[in-house]
Amino acid sequence: MTETPTEPLVCARGLTKRFGDFTAVDGIDVDVRRGEAFGFLGPNGAGKSSTMRMIGCVSPVTSGTLRVLGMDPAADGPRIRARLGVVPQEDSLDLELSVRENLLVYGRYFGLSRRVVRERADRLLEFVQLADRADSKVEPLSGGMKRRLTIARSLVNEPELMLLDEPTTGLDPQARHALWDRLFRLKQQGVTLILTTHYMDEAEQLCDRLVVMDKARIVAEGSPRQLIERYSTREVVEVRFEPDEHDAMAGKLADLADRVEVLPDRLLLYTDSGDAAATAVHERGLHPIGVLVRRSTLEDVFLRLTGRTLVD
Amino acid sequence: MSTLNAPLALRSLEYWIFQYKRTWRGSVVSTVLFPVLFLASMGIGLGTLVDSSASGGIGGLPYLVFLAPGLLAATAMQTGVGESTYPVMGAIKWFKTYHAMLATPLGVPEVLAGHLLYIAARVLAGSAVFLAVMVLFGAVRSPLALLALPAAVLTGMAFSAPVVAFAATTENDAGFATLFRFVVTPLFLFGGVFFPVQQLPPVLEQLAYVTPLWHGVALSRGLALGTSTAGGVLLHVAYLSAWIAAGVWVAARAYRRRLAV
Repeated sequence: MTETPTEPLVCARGLTKRFGDFTAVDGIDVDVRRGEAFGFLGPNGAGKSSTMRMIGCVSPVTSGTLRVLGMDPAADGPRIRARLGVVPQEDSLDLELSVRENLLVYGRYFGLSRRVVRERADRLLEFVQLADRADSKVEPLSGGMKRRLTIARSLVNEPELMLLDEPTTGLDPQARHALWDRLFRLKQQGVTLILTTHYMDEAEQLCDRLVVMDKARIVAEGSPRQLIERYSTREVVEVRFEPDEHDAMAGKLADLADRVEVLPDRLLLYTDSGDAAATAVHERGLHPIGVLVRRSTLEDVFLRLTGRTLVD
Repeated sequence: MSTLNAPLALRSLEYWIFQYKRTWRGSVVSTVLFPVLFLASMGIGLGTLVDSSASGGIGGLPYLVFLAPGLLAATAMQTGVGESTYPVMGAIKWFKTYHAMLATPLGVPEVLAGHLLYIAARVLAGSAVFLAVMVLFGAVRSPLALLALPAAVLTGMAFSAPVVAFAATTENDAGFATLFRFVVTPLFLFGGVFFPVQQLPPVLEQLAYVTPLWHGVALSRGLALGTSTAGGVLLHVAYLSAWIAAGVWVAARAYRRRLAV
């Protein structure tokens, strides 16, 4: 029934989710190995959350196969969920209860004794730095605190696999870094993390491996470094001219880079040697308002793969 | 998948009880005050007039004694409906209580069963308070009145289960006001609580016999007065149970469609 050591913690083949005529997830293959941090990247509506809900055994699979912890969600949902820690996209904390009480009631869903839950609650509130707020109501907590409480709550059953759906969306930078720090510690403790995000820095910080989803399908897969190597260049030169010159300039600079992209406020030159390209721009007697050489990021990969068109 | 795991359902019930323990103060006042006020004003105030009129009470009974068990059933209805409207919608839409539960070993059947059990417990507790007030007012004539408690739970749940199903399918709370205005209040006023339905025009009288409230009132009244017959009890219990069974069936379907998507 349970997985053998070599079997992936999550194994999906041709995994599909349809809502009526709409296909939210279109035949994806995914393997998540024990101990890794695995990311689903993609714009809104790409199918990330639907995938997470299927892995979390709350949303029935339309077709394809899915094994989680070596079991079938359709048959063993409760047994799988007993070993998962879920951080949903929208907080589902009980606002009328205190911080500690939220952990107590949640722990009871897993059938833990009151004594065990109390002990774990104290420990987990330390872990997420909320011990001093244990007795305050949840309602007035900041967004970051609520997120941390949700993470503490998801750990009450000591899960092997954590599912985090956009864990830091809407948080300020301090709160995000505090959260990443906790997630990194969990990973070091051997907890497998699966997260969705549309923040590239989050994916680069946390994920060993990730897939990029777009329009219900997986369009790329690999480590952040592999994806950058495969879909972008090592460096990017951002060149600014007067906005009306950009199209004309793009033609004059085309041979300096593997690829040139025209944005309203700047040109992007994708090249493995940014400094050389920047120098060449000046040698051609062009006078850009600004030149910036930077390393390629996952964001470049992401935008290349999923486009710059706004998705809502 | 859709079979009920009873121990898991109890975990859901435990949540609702825990939550109630933190917020009970508001409801306890109305639970006690409502029967006291109604039995004092209608039972004694209005009742004195009824009893001294030519009819001399209702069917030979002092009005208070006639009214109280009917009011017990009607209160069970109101609690059953009230607890099944906003709390259910809130658990689905606003507070995501159900979603939190569903991320744990609890499944949709357990989430529904736990909440229904909690509503039944609320109806039972409210009815027990009501019955105690009835005793204090001298409105109980038979020890069988204790059986009016399970009868009240049946009555409350005959309304709760269908309303839970409604709350799980409706998108906004506007329907709840309609429900109270056009179902609960008319039933409360004309369902046999304040006067026998035989006083109604024939068409409405026939209609009253179809409503679960009339069966709840008749069951409760018969037990409190000690006038019940086995056949009558059986009929009322069967009819109320049928409403519960149908309501639970529809609710289970509605919950699955809403929560397991």
